[in-house]
Amino acid sequence: MSILEGLRLAVNGLLSNRLRSALTMLGILIGVSAVILLVGVGNGATVAVQQQIQSLGSNLLTVFPSNARGAGGVQQGFGTGSTLTLDDVKAIANRQTSPDVVTAIPSAGGRAQLTYGNQNWNSSLTGTTQDFPSVRNYQVASGVFFTSGDVDASSKVAVIGPTVATNLFAGADPIGQVMKINRQNFRIVGVFAPKGSSGGFNNQDDVVVVPITSAWSYLLGGRGKNIQQIYVEATSAEATAAANTEVTQVLLDRHHISDPTLADFQILSQQDVLNSASQSTGVLTLMLGAIAGISLVVGGIGIMNIMLVTVTERTREIGIRKAIGARRQDILLQFLIESMFLSGLGGALGILISFGLARVLPLLVSTLPTPIISTPSVFMAFGISVGIGLFFGLYPANRAARLRPIEALRYE
Amino acid sequence: MITLEGVTKIYHAGEVEVPALKGLSLHIPEGEFIAIMGPSGSGKSTLMNLIGCLDQATSGRYILDGYDVSDLTDDQLAWIRNRKIGFVFQSFNLIPRASAVHNVEMPLIYAGDNEQRRERAMAALEAVGILDRASHLPNELSGGQQQRVAVARALITDPAILLADEPTGNLDSESSLEIMKLLRDLNQQGRTIVLITHEADIAAFASRVVRLRDGVIVSDQRQSVTSEMVQ
Repeated sequence: MSILEGLRLAVNGLLSNRLRSALTMLGILIGVSAVILLVGVGNGATVAVQQQIQSLGSNLLTVFPSNARGAGGVQQGFGTGSTLTLDDVKAIANRQTSPDVVTAIPSAGGRAQLTYGNQNWNSSLTGTTQDFPSVRNYQVASGVFFTSGDVDASSKVAVIGPTVATNLFAGADPIGQVMKINRQNFRIVGVFAPKGSSGGFNNQDDVVVVPITSAWSYLLGGRGKNIQQIYVEATSAEATAAANTEVTQVLLDRHHISDPTLADFQILSQQDVLNSASQSTGVLTLMLGAIAGISLVVGGIGIMNIMLVTVTERTREIGIRKAIGARRQDILLQFLIESMFLSGLGGALGILISFGLARVLPLLVSTLPTPIISTPSVFMAFGISVGIGLFFGLYPANRAARLRPIEALRYE
Repeated sequence: MITLEGVTKIYHAGEVEVPALKGLSLHIPEGEFIAIMGPSGSGKSTLMNLIGCLDQATSGRYILDGYDVSDLTDDQLAWIRNRKIGFVFQSFNLIPRASAVHNVEMPLIYAGDNEQRRERAMAALEAVGILDRASHLPNELSGGQQQRVAVARALITDPAILLADEPTGNLDSESSLEIMKLLRDLNQQGRTIVLITHEADIAAFASRVVRLRDGVIVSDQRQSVTSEMVQ
């Protein structure tokens, strides 16, 4: 018996029990669309997280001072040390000793209370140098960023993010205006363009940036010339590993440390952050897929159940077919094709429905990351659904194939 | 054509052994129209299953058209049933979801013989006189018509024997007569026919009548058949 003949028989058989076939298919349909959709949501979340991390500045390395050691070598909290200096920053940015580094900027800051007229706003303050926009991927929308001269002179100038501009100036042009940062007068010289990632805990548009020297002198009083982190821009994403090694060597030399395990700083690359975030969203995707996969297995059991009923119902037909010359493999093939057709069709419909839902769902639930359905996951889901038909059809089909003709013919 | 030598068949009902055939020997030459008669429990159904290769004997030899089918595998038996035997059952045994012509061509599908399959099936339907019902489903046909379809299906692979098991058992007398005439005509064209029945007037169409009782042959008679008898 040919495959084509088997397919014809399968369609014929399924059409003779439309409601039952449709309900059985529904099990696989739901399973397949659940798998595709949930994996899609997982992928969507991965991409969203990656985009957010990358918008912080690509090719970025962050150098933290190590935890300060108190008397007797007791480690204190993360970032409590103050081992990094402006000279460290300059040394790191030296193209001679670190060819894979474009530039480096220091960063120190905290929360700051901003006042303009009768408007108040609490924002995130960063003290840094003139290279901040290029390293952190900020565009200046209007005005200018402060210069190295401003840094050297501890000028009381500030560049604000669009969120601050909206909340403090409500549409008016902030350039040239003087606002108060922690009761100190600062002149606004520039406003950043929005970075777009307005959601989440770390709003990159709600910032105020000043020269680090000014921050030390007027805003971060009492804490000395403390650098909380150094941002290092590598020449490319591929060069971050090399840049990491170079920065490590420069700092070890400058701090006179011979054993790298005793380093008084830590370097975190954006790639590391990306990797660990990807890893956790990957686990999320896997978990979602596995949960959805359970419904596929349930669908498969439904198919097995219906195929067993079908085989029992058609016992006499099997007997007739055997009497007129059907071999075991003919009967086996007939029922296998039927169950695979059932699950394959259910899977194909499930794929279509998951595409539809992937468009509709984000409109209904706004917090859901846009599902990203990958082509391999579609093929895999279809393959798995056909495979489920094969696996769960095998037992019923084998049972049919092994029926003895005289007993099957006698069956009423 | 058919040779049975010392064939026994023992069924196991739990611990008890039930002999259905006790060392039966029978030879059926080509072109014969033989009726096997006997009351229920005489072993005639068992004999029909053995001759039809639906079951295998406990001991003894069975040679069908030169093939010793005593110890063939299931698939080999399926091949024999497909090519050498045409079945006509009491309850027609057509496949309910398939049209008449599809039922008739089904043995060809299993034979893998696809050459002019549909045409040959239509020709077989024409030969039994119901070409106009080719596309009907079995439940749209009368009993006599269904049995004609079954006969067409039995003949499509040009088998060595036609095995008819109470072919008129579910038919009214008029349809019975038509089916028996059809079988007689086929026999006159040279087809070997084995008829299993318990009705004497049906057995009267055969040229030889074998009577069974308790698993052995009690009589084996030749008789002259005339169509006039029927009229």
